[in-house]
Parts: sequence; structure tokens; C-alpha cells
Amino acid sequence: MKRFSYALKQAFSQIHRNRNMSTASILAITAMLAILGIFFILMVNVNMMTANVEEQFDCVEIYLTDSMTEADGAALTEQIGGLPDVASAIYLSKADALEVMKTRWGDNAYLLDGLVSNPFPATIEVKATDIEKEAAMVEAIKTIENPGIEEIKYYQEEIDKIIKISEYIETGAIILIVVLILISMLVVSNTIKITVHAREDEILIMKYVGATNWFVRAPFLIEGIVIGFIASVLSTAIVGFAYYKCIDFFTPKFLAFFNSGLVPLEFIIYNLAIIFAALGICIGALGSILSMRKFLSA
Amino acid sequence: MIVFDNVTKYYDDKVAVEDLSMIIEDGEFVFLVGKSGAGKSTCIKLLLKEIEADEGTILVDEREVTGMPKRLVPKHRRKIGIVFQNFRLLPKKTVYENIAFAMNIVYASRRKIKPSVQEVLKLVGLEDKEKMYPDQLSEGEQQRVAIARAIVNKPTLLIADEPTGNLDPDTAWGIMELLQKINDAGTTIVMVTHAKDIVDRMEKRVIVIDDGIIVRDSKKGAYTEDEEI
Repeated sequence: MKRFSYALKQAFSQIHRNRNMSTASILAITAMLAILGIFFILMVNVNMMTANVEEQFDCVEIYLTDSMTEADGAALTEQIGGLPDVASAIYLSKADALEVMKTRWGDNAYLLDGLVSNPFPATIEVKATDIEKEAAMVEAIKTIENPGIEEIKYYQEEIDKIIKISEYIETGAIILIVVLILISMLVVSNTIKITVHAREDEILIMKYVGATNWFVRAPFLIEGIVIGFIASVLSTAIVGFAYYKCIDFFTPKFLAFFNSGLVPLEFIIYNLAIIFAALGICIGALGSILSMRKFLSA
Repeated sequence: MIVFDNVTKYYDDKVAVEDLSMIIEDGEFVFLVGKSGAGKSTCIKLLLKEIEADEGTILVDEREVTGMPKRLVPKHRRKIGIVFQNFRLLPKKTVYENIAFAMNIVYASRRKIKPSVQEVLKLVGLEDKEKMYPDQLSEGEQQRVAIARAIVNKPTLLIADEPTGNLDPDTAWGIMELLQKINDAGTTIVMVTHAKDIVDRMEKRVIVIDDGIIVRDSKKGAYTEDEEI
């Protein structure tokens, strides 16, 4: 305990003594983590969107005209259900379609409450026994000549494209995240190196009078961890606030295009806080250990 | 007791010390003299285990230094105090803090540090300067602080690496009197020096090293052989 409190006191006095360098490192890591956070948010949202798109469009939707009765719709559903390669066919009335939309929009469902009339058509959702047989199944459905069928929506190509794009985004984000982590480590390591350099004499004397490597290292290690942690708190606040603003701005647009909003703020903040804290601490600790390694080997 | 038994150290292919043997008894005061690059500093570094001997054995207080595992080196160094030519005081710390800091390493409590620091400050004659910073002191006083720092943990051996090299003769002599006082209290002192007049005047054991070999070891020696007492 005495050892820890000594190291802690030393670490804080070091940070204070080198406050310009400490501030510079904190800002550099904060910027790095913030950029990293942007990629994280992008990745999470792309992932969610892809999953949503897959889930929503992994079936063929047959929109029915408003003139078709529910009984006719049910009969048509049954007919389609009997086609080869069809796994399931579910009939959704106009009211059902509105309900489904409300669930999908979640917290933002209130936006739908203002509608004067229900704009969603009655729909038959058809799923193929196998995703590869979807095209053949669609062809079979098209042969049914029923005036009640307004449109057959089949999105396979779009889904493939979206999945591909999301894969590119994910790979790119991961590469960038790794590069950013390495850069941050370099920044911390340089700060600590400068601190170590400034205290070269002190460390040398410490070693001469019999200080263990851990005695010398601990304050620097704590310094790195504190710098990393402060940067993580700052970047969580900055990115969290920016995302909060983005949600306000983008959610209505996203709902219109993708039928889903952005990933909720709480989820992002909670995860970012943990990821940033872990990364910040690791970057700080590793940065300081690396910068001291050469120094302590003597 | 310090024992060097047939110690050899190479730097790359160059021999720094060769087949060097010597015994320094507890409580002795020994001058290690010789030209620059003769091997004196190598001996000190070997003693502190800053470097590893290539051959031979070194013992300090019956404990083998050669082959000592790294984790035991700090403990070994706590038995040795060291004073440098350029004092190596920390400019941003006061006299008191400069000395107390050597005690922090052994995690001494503040209650223990204070009387110990005051005791050594009294010994080196600087009891009224504990709040001053190194640059407010004369060079002689700075070296006294460095000596106080070296002995505050009560080492059995004090190594002084040209402690008077930067000082005028009068101040240097004051430092020698202080070292003598420390030696009288029982601490073994090994002093590396080029100061002929000091060596001659002190009449202590002199070990002369040249090209890594002990060329002379005289009990009550002088700096040069023809002046031997």
C-alpha cells in the first residue's frame, strides 16, 4: 500500500510537472479515440442496418391492391403457399402492415400516429425454402395472374450489394482502428520518453541506490494509465455528445430510407465507454512500458 | 569485505581488466588510481553489477556478485553508497528531498526518514541548509549533499568516483576529511581519483591499475611509486 501510494503521488506530480506534454498526449489520444469511435459507430450502424435489411428483405413481399378483400387475399396466400420452393406465405392485412411498421420503428413509432389514413398495402410475405431458390420461386409467383397483385418486391441483388458494402466498411474500419491504436501508443510512448529523459538523472541515481525496476517504472506506468484514462473519458463524452446530435438529425431520414433508426445512444455510450477505457488504459500502460524498456535494461 | 578473484572483463575484443585479484577488508580506505581508461571505472561498474565479468569471481560481504540474478541487484546496491564527480543532485528537489529520496527507495516511513536525514546533514555539516536547492549551494556543499545521500541508507561500502575532481584544493580537502570521518565510523571506502596531492597526504592504501592490471598495491602508499612512504 505504501508502495502504491508513493508511486501514485509520484505519477501525479509527474503529470503536473510535465503538464504541457501530458495535455498534448491526452488531446492526441482523445482525438485518436474519437476517430476510432466514429468508425466504431459506423461499423455498429452498418451492421445493424445490414441485419435489418437481411431480416426485412429476406422474403419476397407481394403488395396487394386496396380493392382486394381479406378473403381473396387469404385465398391467394394459400395458393402461393402451395407453390414449389415456398417455405411460408403469410398474409398481412393493411392494419397488420401498419402494426409491423410500428414495431420496426420502435421508439419512433409515434411518427406513424399522425397519419390520416393507413398508407401501407395488404401484403403477402413469402419465404423460400432456400435463399438460392428465391429467384425461381419469384418466377413461379409471377405466373399467377391475379389483378389483386399490385407489385412483387424482390430484393436479392440489393441485399447482396449491401452485404458486400458493409463487409468493405467493416474491414476498412478494423484496419483503421488498428492503425489508430498503434499511433496512439506511439504518442504516449513519446510523451513518457520525454518524461523519462527529463528524469534520466533521477532514475540513474534511483538505480544506483538500489531501486528495483518496478519502483522506477510504477510512477511512469500510472502516468500512462492516467493519461489514457482521462483521454478515454473525454473522447466518450465528445463522441457520445456528437452521436446524440446525430441521432436527432439522422433518425427521421434513416427511418424513411431504411425502415429503422440508428443504434440507440445508450448502447453506443455504454460500449464506447468500456472500449475507450480499456483501450486508453492499455495504450497508456503499454506506451509507458515500451518507452522505459531500453532504459531499465541496464 | 570485497574480493576480486582473477576477474577479467572484455569490451568487444579489448581487455578492460585482466585477471585482476584484490581483497579489500571491512573498514579500509582504498584509493584506486591509474590513467584514464586503465580499468578503474570498470572495477566500480563490476562492483555495482552494472556490467558482468567475463571471467572470475567478485564477492561483496561474502555474497557473490558475479552471477547474481538480476532481481537481487537492487538489494545488493543498497549496501553500497556512491558519490560522483558531478554530484548528480536533482535540481528541482531541496537538499532534504535529495537525501530523503534515497530512503524512499526502501519505502522508509516519513517518521524514519526525517531523523535519518537530519543526522546525515549534521554529519556533513549542512544541517542549516536542508531547505535550499542545489543551485543555491557551493560545489563543495553540493558534494556534501551527495555524500549525505550516499550514506543515509547506512551502506557498508562507499564508492567515491573522483569526488574532488570538480573542487578547489581547500574544498577538496574538506570532502576528504568528511570521507575520513565516515570511514572512521566503520564504512569501507573505495575512492577513484587522479588527485595526487590528496592521495599522498591521506597515506592510505593505494591500488594502481594500468591497462587492466594491478601494477602496484601498497598499504600506506603514495600516488607515484618513487614517493612511496
